[in-house]
Amino acid sequence: MIGNGLHSDDVRDLYRDLILDHARNPHHFGKLEHTTHSAEGINPLCGDKLRLYLDVDADETIVDAAFEGSGCAISVASASLLTDTVIGLSSKDAIAFFDAVTAQLAGNEPQNGKRVDLGKLRALAGVRDYPSRVKCATLAWHALKSALRQDTTPATTE
Amino acid sequence: MTQAQQRSEGQAAVAACRADFPALDQDVNGHHLVYLDSAASAQQPSVVIDAMTRYESHDHANVHRGVHTLSHRATDAYEGARETLRGFINASSTREVVFTSGTTESINLVAQSFCRPKIGAGDKVLITHLEHHANIVPWQLVCEQTGAELLVAPINDKGELELDALYALMSDDVQLLAIAHVSNALGTINPIREIVAEAHARDIPVLVDGAQGVPHMQVDVQDLDCDFYAFSGHKMFGPTGTGVLYGKEALLDAMPPYKGGGDMILEVSFSGTTFNELPYKFEAGTPNISGAVGLGAAAKYLENVGMRNVESWEHELSDYMTQRLSAIEDMRLIGTAAHKAGVQSFLLGDIHPHDLGTILDHQGVAIRTGHHCAMPVMEFFGVPGTARASLALYNNFDDIDRLVAALEKAKEIFA
Repeated sequence: MIGNGLHSDDVRDLYRDLILDHARNPHHFGKLEHTTHSAEGINPLCGDKLRLYLDVDADETIVDAAFEGSGCAISVASASLLTDTVIGLSSKDAIAFFDAVTAQLAGNEPQNGKRVDLGKLRALAGVRDYPSRVKCATLAWHALKSALRQDTTPATTE
Repeated sequence: MTQAQQRSEGQAAVAACRADFPALDQDVNGHHLVYLDSAASAQQPSVVIDAMTRYESHDHANVHRGVHTLSHRATDAYEGARETLRGFINASSTREVVFTSGTTESINLVAQSFCRPKIGAGDKVLITHLEHHANIVPWQLVCEQTGAELLVAPINDKGELELDALYALMSDDVQLLAIAHVSNALGTINPIREIVAEAHARDIPVLVDGAQGVPHMQVDVQDLDCDFYAFSGHKMFGPTGTGVLYGKEALLDAMPPYKGGGDMILEVSFSGTTFNELPYKFEAGTPNISGAVGLGAAAKYLENVGMRNVESWEHELSDYMTQRLSAIEDMRLIGTAAHKAGVQSFLLGDIHPHDLGTILDHQGVAIRTGHHCAMPVMEFFGVPGTARASLALYNNFDDIDRLVAALEKAKEIFA
């Protein structure tokens, strides 16, 4: 018999309470009254689709953020946590969080970027053990990057 | 012996087949594997793996060209597999059995070699709302290339074809009907014999996408009277990258080649080329010889088990699966056709299919989640995707119990 021990023993390491809470009751779900930047994120593998809205002021500060769309618990929770995180940040700091989150999910140290304290975003760390789900967790973050760059094509996780 | 006894003995023989599949005997994430994703790709029995290893270890050379012993052996193995496949689907001649890389290539071949030369603006190609992408996109491409129109026959909310609507769409300008034998996402078994008869009464040729047909039921292409029948090796316990296009000889004969290269020619000069006879005209280049050998071994394996036995065993399992799944609170079954193969799509409460897939995998239960390469079907039911459990001959009642237990656990986590 063949065997493997790829995953940690408890799937709750992936579906932590914080993740499930955000998935059930996502923060900042909906549209913004005033949007300066927005981008769509599409995960072609599973059809998850979300749109991220940002209100960025003249000083390059993200004064508000929201998202809408449908997806699995991981992608919705990640988007919800993203909005909590980036409101009040400068665009540059938000990109530093993008780098830190994607590095955490890839199991790498962030490269030459600014070191940030991930705080609640550490709850996403369990996704690292589920390679097929990493893209769910990074979807909103790719949308963030593409919104800030004002890319016109949808962000994908490919 | 009573009929009931005969049936149960046949079923017991099928249940015993599980031991023939080495991949099923393993632990995944600390649990014994329950494989319920055979509609995506089925596991292979040892006889298939061994046949390919034996071929590669002893008999490999190029086919149809060498005078040396190994080339003869390779040619015999390859052509022997073709004869096995001919018998498996009861084609009248091996000239009608073209080896391809799978269902997708088989369908593209018909779209480009059969349809493209003879259709144009004003013509129509008819498909159904049940099709997976492999039986949609090749027709969209050929319609774009020729100006023909693609018609789509509707389904009802059980996932059954609306036959009257299908027949009403069979107008004089329809040049081909392309239709699934069994829906991959919903499990619906279409009444192909009746549909072919209706189409032929209106002079419409029919291609049957049999990717989900051959693993589950006896297929007799002469009895169905279809003009083309396409299927894949890896869904019928053979290797990936293999498949067959069956076509009626007269139709294949009249079609131009699909790809150019070696093996499909009789004579080549710069002033022109004479194409080889059937089926080689459609097999350009050195083929996937060991793959064909494996596919032949899979067909022989299924013949030994007996497709009638497979059908009857899977029917019992499928009924049990439907009964157990429908008893789960907040379960929504998608695809509830009266005549159905062992494929069940479902949604559980508001748990996203991908979360279900991960939680089940964690308990060693492999299912498919997502759109199943059938986005229009998902759109019809108003869902982005589903979870799908699909059965094969090697599954048993315990597998279904494990599936149900794993779903209960998922409900706990998302409670």
